[in-house]
Amino acid sequence: MSIGLTHYLVLAAILFSFGIFGILTRKNAVLVLMGLELVLNSANINFIAFAKFGGLNIQGHVAAIFVIILAAAEVAVALAIVLNIYQNYRHINVDEIDKLKE
Amino acid sequence: MSPENILLLSAVVLVLPLLGFVFNIFFGKRIGKPSAWIAVIILGIDLVLSSILCIYKLTTDLANQTIGSSADTLQIIIKDGLIHSKLIWLSVGDVVIKIGIGLDNLAAIMLIVVTLISFLVHLFSTEYMSGDPRYSRYFAYLGLFTFSMLGIVIANNFLFMYIFWELVGISSYLLIGFWYEKKSASDAGKKAFLVNRIGDLGFLIGILILYSTFGTFMFDEIFDGIGSGILPFASGSMLTIAGICVFCGAIGKSAQWPLHVWLPDAMEGPTPVSALIHAATMVAAGVYLVARVFAMFTADALTFIAVIGTITAFISATIALTQVDFKRVLAYSTVSQLGYMIMALGVGSYTNGFFHLVTHAWFKAALFLASGSVIHAMHHSLHKMHDHHTDPQDVRNMGGLRKTMPITYLTFLFVTLAIAGVPFTSGFLSKDGILAGTLAYANLTGGWHWLIPILAFSAAGMTAFYMFRLLILAFHGQPKTEAAAKTHENNFVIVFPLILLSILSLWIFYSPDPTNASIGWFHRAIVQPKTAVPEDYQWDFLLIEENAGESIKEHNQSVSNHSEHSAEQVHHAGHHYINKFAEEEHHFHGTAMMLSLLIAGSGILLAFLIYQFKIFSADNLEKQFKPLHTFSFRKWYFDELYHYTAVSGIIGLSKLLAWFDNLIIDGLVNLSAAITRVSSYFIGHFDNIVIDGIVNLLANITGFFGGVLRKVQTGQVQTYIALLIIGIIALIYFIF
Amino acid sequence: MDIFSIVFYLFAVIIVVSAAIVVMSKNIMFSAFSLLFTFFGVAGIYVLLNADFIAVTQIMIYIGGILILIIFGVMLTTRITGVEIKSGTTGKIQIAFAGLISLIIAITMIFLFSNTKWFTSELQPHQSTIENIGKELLTNYLLAFEAASVLLLIAIIGAAFIARRKS
Repeated sequence: MSIGLTHYLVLAAILFSFGIFGILTRKNAVLVLMGLELVLNSANINFIAFAKFGGLNIQGHVAAIFVIILAAAEVAVALAIVLNIYQNYRHINVDEIDKLKE
Repeated sequence: MSPENILLLSAVVLVLPLLGFVFNIFFGKRIGKPSAWIAVIILGIDLVLSSILCIYKLTTDLANQTIGSSADTLQIIIKDGLIHSKLIWLSVGDVVIKIGIGLDNLAAIMLIVVTLISFLVHLFSTEYMSGDPRYSRYFAYLGLFTFSMLGIVIANNFLFMYIFWELVGISSYLLIGFWYEKKSASDAGKKAFLVNRIGDLGFLIGILILYSTFGTFMFDEIFDGIGSGILPFASGSMLTIAGICVFCGAIGKSAQWPLHVWLPDAMEGPTPVSALIHAATMVAAGVYLVARVFAMFTADALTFIAVIGTITAFISATIALTQVDFKRVLAYSTVSQLGYMIMALGVGSYTNGFFHLVTHAWFKAALFLASGSVIHAMHHSLHKMHDHHTDPQDVRNMGGLRKTMPITYLTFLFVTLAIAGVPFTSGFLSKDGILAGTLAYANLTGGWHWLIPILAFSAAGMTAFYMFRLLILAFHGQPKTEAAAKTHENNFVIVFPLILLSILSLWIFYSPDPTNASIGWFHRAIVQPKTAVPEDYQWDFLLIEENAGESIKEHNQSVSNHSEHSAEQVHHAGHHYINKFAEEEHHFHGTAMMLSLLIAGSGILLAFLIYQFKIFSADNLEKQFKPLHTFSFRKWYFDELYHYTAVSGIIGLSKLLAWFDNLIIDGLVNLSAAITRVSSYFIGHFDNIVIDGIVNLLANITGFFGGVLRKVQTGQVQTYIALLIIGIIALIYFIF
Repeated sequence: MDIFSIVFYLFAVIIVVSAAIVVMSKNIMFSAFSLLFTFFGVAGIYVLLNADFIAVTQIMIYIGGILILIIFGVMLTTRITGVEIKSGTTGKIQIAFAGLISLIIAITMIFLFSNTKWFTSELQPHQSTIENIGKELLTNYLLAFEAASVLLLIAIIGAAFIARRKS
C-alpha cells in the first residue's frame, strides 16, 4: 500500500494526541508550551498534506506559513510571560498559578 | 467710467472702512496713537473716492442698458438713473436669492454725507479721545459703524439692507456703551439696542411679507411686481401693512415716536459718536430707508408715516424747550428734525425730506462737534481745577463762552441760525420746502390733515426758541462758574470740522436763490420716484403725470430763460410739474416762507427777551407754568410710561406667573409628593417583607448552586483545557 | 514497499517516539532535545509532501528560533545549578485522566480520518513552491501578510515589555 493522504493524517492525529497529553499533564509552563508546539505542528502537517493531495495547493503552504508566524509570535510572548511569572513566583508551575480563580 | 467700474468703485468705498476696522481691532493696540491717523487717512481716501463717484454720477446721464441676462451670475442694469448689480448669491432648488449693490443720485449724495461726516468725526476724535485707554478700539468701532452705514446706502435689496441695518445696530451699541464702566453708558447702549430690536422686528416682518409675495429681495423687482398689480395676499391693505412694517424699522433707527426714547440717552457715548449717530449714520438710515422704498408706500401707509413724523417733531420740540443738558437739548432737536424729514416723506414731499436730511446732517454734525468742543474745554478746565463734581455738560454751569471760545461760538451761532430756519442758510431752504409741502398736503386732502402743518409750524417756532435759548445760556452773558471762565479755544483738529461744516450750511451750495431751493442742482438730482402702487391705493396727486420728464426740462428752461417773468406766470403754466402735489407745493411756497420766517423770528425774539435781556423772568415763567414745565422737563414721562407699562408690566406679569407657580403648580407638586410619600410608605413595607423575601430566597438558591458549581472553577489552565477537549470530543460524537 | 514508504515510516517513527519523549520525559532537557527531533521529523515529512519551502522554514524557524527560545526559557526558569532540572508532572490520577482523553481523541481522529472520503485531486508534478508562495503572499494574501508583520512587531514590543525587569 503506497503512502496516501490518510497516512499523513493519522500521523498528525498521533502527534496531536501527544501534544494534548503534554499540555494536560505537565506542571512546568515551558513544557506546556512544548506540547502546544506539537499540536501546531500536527496541524501544519495536515495543511501540507491537503496541499498535496486535497488540491489545496499553494494556499495550504501559505496557511502553514501563517501558522508558523503565529507560533513564533506566540512563543515569544508566552516565554516573556513565563519569565515574568518566574520573577514573581520563583517557579513556573501552572497548577499553582490560579490567581484567576478569585 | 464703465458701469462695472462705477460699481467696483462703490464696493471699494464700502469696504475701505471695514479694512480700517480690521486693522485697528487686530493691530491697533500694538501701534498705539498712530492707528487713529491710519483710520483718518483711510476715511480721507474713502471721502475722495465717494466724491468722485458722486460728482460723476450727478453730472453724467447714463443710458438705460442691461449687461447680462437675469439667468447670469452677475447682471448689471442701468435703469432710470439707477445703476445696480444683481449677483446670484445662492440658489437652492427653485429659490434663487440675489444680492447686489446699486448707485443712484440718492445713494451718491448719501455716500458723500456719510464719508465726509465720518471723516470729520474721525479727525475730531483724534484730539477728543486722546488719552482714552481704548483709543484704537474706538477708531475700530467708528470704522465698523461707517462701513455698516455705507452698506445701507448702496444696498439694492432688502437682504443687504437688513444685514447692514443690524450691523449699524451692533456698532451703535458698541459705541454708545463705549465707556461701559459707567453704568449710565452701558444702560444707554442696551436701551438703544433693545428699542431698536422692536422696530427691527417690524422691519423683518415687512421684508418677509414682501419676500413671500414676490420671491425676491431686490427693490426694483419688488416695485415692478407691485406695479404689475401683484399685491401681498392680493389685498391693498396688506401692501399698506407691509409698508408700515418696513417703516417700523425706520421708527426704531430714526428714533420716531414712540420709539424715540433711546436717542437722547445715546449721548452717553463719546460726543463725536453722538455727532456721527445724529447726523450721518444711524438715524439717517431710517429716513434713507423710507426714501429708498418710497415707491411702495400706499396712501394709507404715507398718512401713517406723516402722522408719526408730525407727532415726533412736535413732542420732541416741546421736550427740548426745558432741558438743561447741552447734549440732551441737541438730541431732542435731532429727534424733532428727524420727525420733520419723516413727515415730509409722509406727505409726499420726497425731495425736500431728503434735502433736509442732507442739510441737517451738516449742521447737526456741526452742532454736536461744537458741543463736543465746549464739553472738551469745560472738562479740561474742570480737570485743571480738580473739580470732579460739576457736570461739564450742564448749560447752567456755562455762560460767557463767547469770549473764551470765539471760533466755536461763531460756528455754533451760524449753524443755530441754520437749524432755526433763518434765510441764507441751508436749513431755511429745506425746512421751508417741507413746510410748504405740509401745507400743500393739507390743502389737497383737507379735514384733520390740517393738524399736520399746524404742528409742524409750531415745532419750527419752538426749534428756533430752544436753539437760541441754548446758545444764549451757554455762550452769552457772564460765566456762571469759574470753570466756564477759564475755558480755552480748542486746537485746529477740533475747530477745523466745525468751520467746514458751518460753511457747508450756506445756501449757495444748494441753490443760487436763497429763498427757493427748487431751482438748485439738488432738486434736479433728486426727483420723486414713480410710485409703484396701483392708482386705487395711492393719492391721485402723487401719481406722476404723463410726459412729466419733458415738462420738467421745459420748466427749468422757462425758469432760467425767463427769470424776469413773474412767478405768477410760471405757476399758471400748467403741466410743468411732476405731479399735482409739486404744483400745489409751489403755490404754497411763498406762504410757507412768510409764515416760517414769522414764526422762527418770534421764537428767536422770545428767546432773546427771556434769556438775554431778561425782560421776562425765566424763573417766573417756570413757576407760572409749573405743570407744563415739569411735563416737558420730564420728557412727557415717556421713560416713566414705558417703565410702568412695558417694564413693570413684564415684571408684574412675571410676578403673577411666579405667584401662580408658587401656589398652584408648587401646591400640585407638593400634593402629589405627599400622596407619593404615603403610598411609598405602604409599598415600602410590602417590598421589604414580600418582594425582598422572594428575592432573597431566589438569591439563596442561586448562591447554593453557585457554591456547588464554583468548585469546577479551579483557576488551573489545564483543567480548562481538559474540559475544552472533552467538549470538543462530545461535539464530534454529537455530530457524527 | 518502496523507498518512499520506508522514508515515510522512518520519519513517522522519529516523530512519534521523540514526541512521546517530549511529553513523558522526567528530565526537562531531554524533552527539549527530543522536541528538536520531532521538528526535524516533521520537516522530513514536509519534504516528502513536496513542500520544500515549508520544510526549510520549519528548520529555520522552529529549530533555529522557537526551540532556542524554549531552551532559553528552560535555562532561565530552572535552577540549573540546583538538583532539580525536572519537568515535574501532576498527580497519577490526572495523568491517567489525561491519557484517557488523549487516547479517546487519538482514536476518534484516526477513525474519522480513515473513514472519511476525502476529496482528492490529481497529483501535481513537483515544482518549486517558493516563487508561487511569494506571489500569493504579495497578491491574494497581502492583507494577511501585512497583518502578520504588524502582529510580529506587536509581539516583539509586547514580549520586551512583559519580560523587562521592573525597577
